[in-house]
Amino acid sequence: MSSTPTDTKGKDRARAAARARAQRAPVYRRSADFRWTHDPEQCARCKRCVQQCGFKALSWEDGPVVDPEKCVGCHRCEMFCPQQAIAVVPQVQHYRPHPLWTQAHRQNLYLQAETGGVLLAGMGNDLPYPVLWDNLLLDACQVTNPSIDPLREPMELRTYLGRRPDAVEVTLGGDGPELATEMGPTLELETPIIFAAMSYGSISLNAQKAIAMAAEECGTLWNTGEGGLHEDLKPYAHRAFVQCASGRFGVHADYLNAGAAIEIKIGQGAKPGIGGHLPGEKVSAEVSETRMIPVGSDALSPAPQHDIYSIEDLRQLIYALKEASNYEKPVSVKIAAVHNVAAIASGIVRAGADMVYLDGFRGGTGAAPTIIRDHLGIPIEIAIAVVDQQLREEGIRNQASIIAAGGIRSSADAAKAIALGADAIAIGTGALLALGCTLCQKCYTGRCSWGITTQDPALTRRLDPYVGSRRVGNLLRGWSAELEEILGAMGVNAIESLRGSRERLRGVGLDKTTLDILGVKPAGVGA
Amino acid sequence: MSEEVFDRGRRTISGCGLSGMMSLTGERVDGRAIRASIALLHERSNGLGGGFAAYGIYPERRDHFALHIMYDTDEARRRTESALEDDFDVAQDERIPTRPHPGIVNPPSLMRYFVLPRASRLEEDGATAEDYVLARVMRVNAEISDAFVFSSGKNMGAFKAVGYAEDIAAFFRLDEYEAYIWIAHGRFPTNTPGWWAGAHPFTLLDWAVVHNGEISSYGINRRYLEMFNYQCTMRTDTEVMAYLLDLLIRRHELPVEVACDVLAAPFWEQIERMPEERRRLYSALRQVYGGALVNGPFAIIFARHGEMVGLNDRIKLRPLVAARKDSWLYLSSEESGIRAMCARPDLVWAPRAGQPVIGRLGSEVVAGEPAHGGRIAVGQEATSE
Repeated sequence: MSSTPTDTKGKDRARAAARARAQRAPVYRRSADFRWTHDPEQCARCKRCVQQCGFKALSWEDGPVVDPEKCVGCHRCEMFCPQQAIAVVPQVQHYRPHPLWTQAHRQNLYLQAETGGVLLAGMGNDLPYPVLWDNLLLDACQVTNPSIDPLREPMELRTYLGRRPDAVEVTLGGDGPELATEMGPTLELETPIIFAAMSYGSISLNAQKAIAMAAEECGTLWNTGEGGLHEDLKPYAHRAFVQCASGRFGVHADYLNAGAAIEIKIGQGAKPGIGGHLPGEKVSAEVSETRMIPVGSDALSPAPQHDIYSIEDLRQLIYALKEASNYEKPVSVKIAAVHNVAAIASGIVRAGADMVYLDGFRGGTGAAPTIIRDHLGIPIEIAIAVVDQQLREEGIRNQASIIAAGGIRSSADAAKAIALGADAIAIGTGALLALGCTLCQKCYTGRCSWGITTQDPALTRRLDPYVGSRRVGNLLRGWSAELEEILGAMGVNAIESLRGSRERLRGVGLDKTTLDILGVKPAGVGA
Repeated sequence: MSEEVFDRGRRTISGCGLSGMMSLTGERVDGRAIRASIALLHERSNGLGGGFAAYGIYPERRDHFALHIMYDTDEARRRTESALEDDFDVAQDERIPTRPHPGIVNPPSLMRYFVLPRASRLEEDGATAEDYVLARVMRVNAEISDAFVFSSGKNMGAFKAVGYAEDIAAFFRLDEYEAYIWIAHGRFPTNTPGWWAGAHPFTLLDWAVVHNGEISSYGINRRYLEMFNYQCTMRTDTEVMAYLLDLLIRRHELPVEVACDVLAAPFWEQIERMPEERRRLYSALRQVYGGALVNGPFAIIFARHGEMVGLNDRIKLRPLVAARKDSWLYLSSEESGIRAMCARPDLVWAPRAGQPVIGRLGSEVVAGEPAHGGRIAVGQEATSE
């Protein structure tokens, strides 16, 4: 290899040899995750599949042609094919099987060997960690206490969030008892289900609008995320948490006073300890205006809030925000569920927060380093249990509400979360699924075929916010009706009688330590 | 599975019969009427427990706390009495008079003590006499196994045992006591062997509660009480009820009516129809006292000096009937139970769900009594002689 070519012909030969070596070299060729198949007999040649693919995996050359590397398996083309000529099926790689070096590990490793980069992922952790919801069962009434028919009797899901006194002082006046206690600002919800923070930028305006409209219609709350409040969403701001996160995007006095409540975002379940990065490509004129940053500039949310390096700093920010909003808005602090979550939450409550928002390790994200998403944090089930217990033991449970999120898939998960001690639960992924998301996990590419996690006008216009809000509202109505059924079966008619009532949960297949941490008895143990 | 696992927080589930009677003028009668009432409700109990509370029975010792204590062993008695002598001036101690009855087997040793807190200790504690007594009663019950203080109020007493209530009345010779409030309980536990201490009424100082029902919200009520340092050790729902009343009425100083509206809270749709001021109050109560909402079926009668209250859950899943005759107020699980105490009441009514019936000494007006003309037909034929 050290010999120097002496003539032009030699140089050419060397170049040819290098090319040949390069071609023979075991360079990683990105393998497709999905196999796109199409039946030409059925095909009406309408080209709709090509138009619908947000990821530009399909092109037309006298028929649809796929670039398999680009297909993410979102199934948009399949669903829109009028002939049902398309099938997108998982592509199995026939490497020699290895239980340790799974296909996912090998592919990630090849990709990194090629790029030297940090791998990204969207949505929540997709590794098969135990799902504790699936090890918990709810109780029902038989004989000794009656169940209640939710179709005939009132069932109350109304929920209040915020700080409360420990006792109510009542004076007896001429007209009977009168309230003598000054109550702080609290949030009234018609159902204990709210929407998780998803910023304008990470999701499209239409997606955010659909959620905001559904929140208003169903008497619950949505959350701006760290993306400011777009002009079009101001009519729905009175049902919003306005978020103040580490980038402070779009935060100003009017913004803080526009919402129902203010949320300080310290962390996110999908990426505890990690900031955010909205690429400049996504910072359109409208995003720029809402976030108050130049068009095309990267929106970087630092990992920590740079004015919060301790609990006393957090206290200062909580009170700065309360001052700025005249103590009329309750303040929530959102943290990722991490190992020491109970003590942290206690500190947050003592620092003056009116709500603690716990985000479990399965929570969704628009973009996060895969390695962070998949390996940091703890399950929300555990976090609710230990935080609720800690606040009770310290006698400060009334001082703050607990909102739980991160992998709540159904009303049953919601009921279990509430029984463990959550005041309300938040859904993000669930709401996006209602809008059409198929969990392809490619949100970070900004090419969402469903117009949800993209700012491309050609894609966002696919999502009609009115149709979307109906679907998301239906989801809330369905879950709420199911919660009423669950309450009725348990023989109670108010959600507060389920809240924190771990006696109505039983564990199956859980070890003793986990049961003790959850404060739940094993199935088979009676009252 | 280990016993410890099965035993963790286990509690008794029971159905029951209740009766209560109160003279609003303070007239005292012996225990035969209340016994007749609870005897008539025999079918609502299964012989695994019953009891009575009576107010005004110790007029000659009206200023002393009357401690009723049951002992299973002499050792427990020695330890308890030595503790009592340290903390109290004991004016009188004696066996609680009983009459052997075939229905009451293996009674523990039953003693009563008329005591006053020792002045020097009370001063040291800086507590009220009530809190002083309560703390010591709790300590005996928690720390001395085989000893149990089942009554600790002034000029009142609880009497309870394993057996049928009418047999218990005979055993404790209740025909020899005179009281202006009597409440009674016959028990139908579904899963527990007889346990004397676990019978009703459940008492704290001069509070006594009898209860029919199973609290579906027990889990959160118990955890709520734990925040205020109540440890539920008795394994009965009734204990939760008693502690909630103590918390709301004694510690948080809520009027009895308001405390009842916490336990059996009005629905939000009712609250929304209230006038503004009241709506604010009830909205605050529900926000603050969600953990104290007692959900699921219950009927309770509770009493303290000068007051007897009957209350149903918010959708009336257990029976409770009330009646008036002259200056007497009657409560019972069934109208037949009332007629056993008073054959011809002036007025009989079924209290509405969540609406307390409150009788107060010296007041002819009973809260919760239907307005004039609102008499319920079921009581009519009895009055038209």
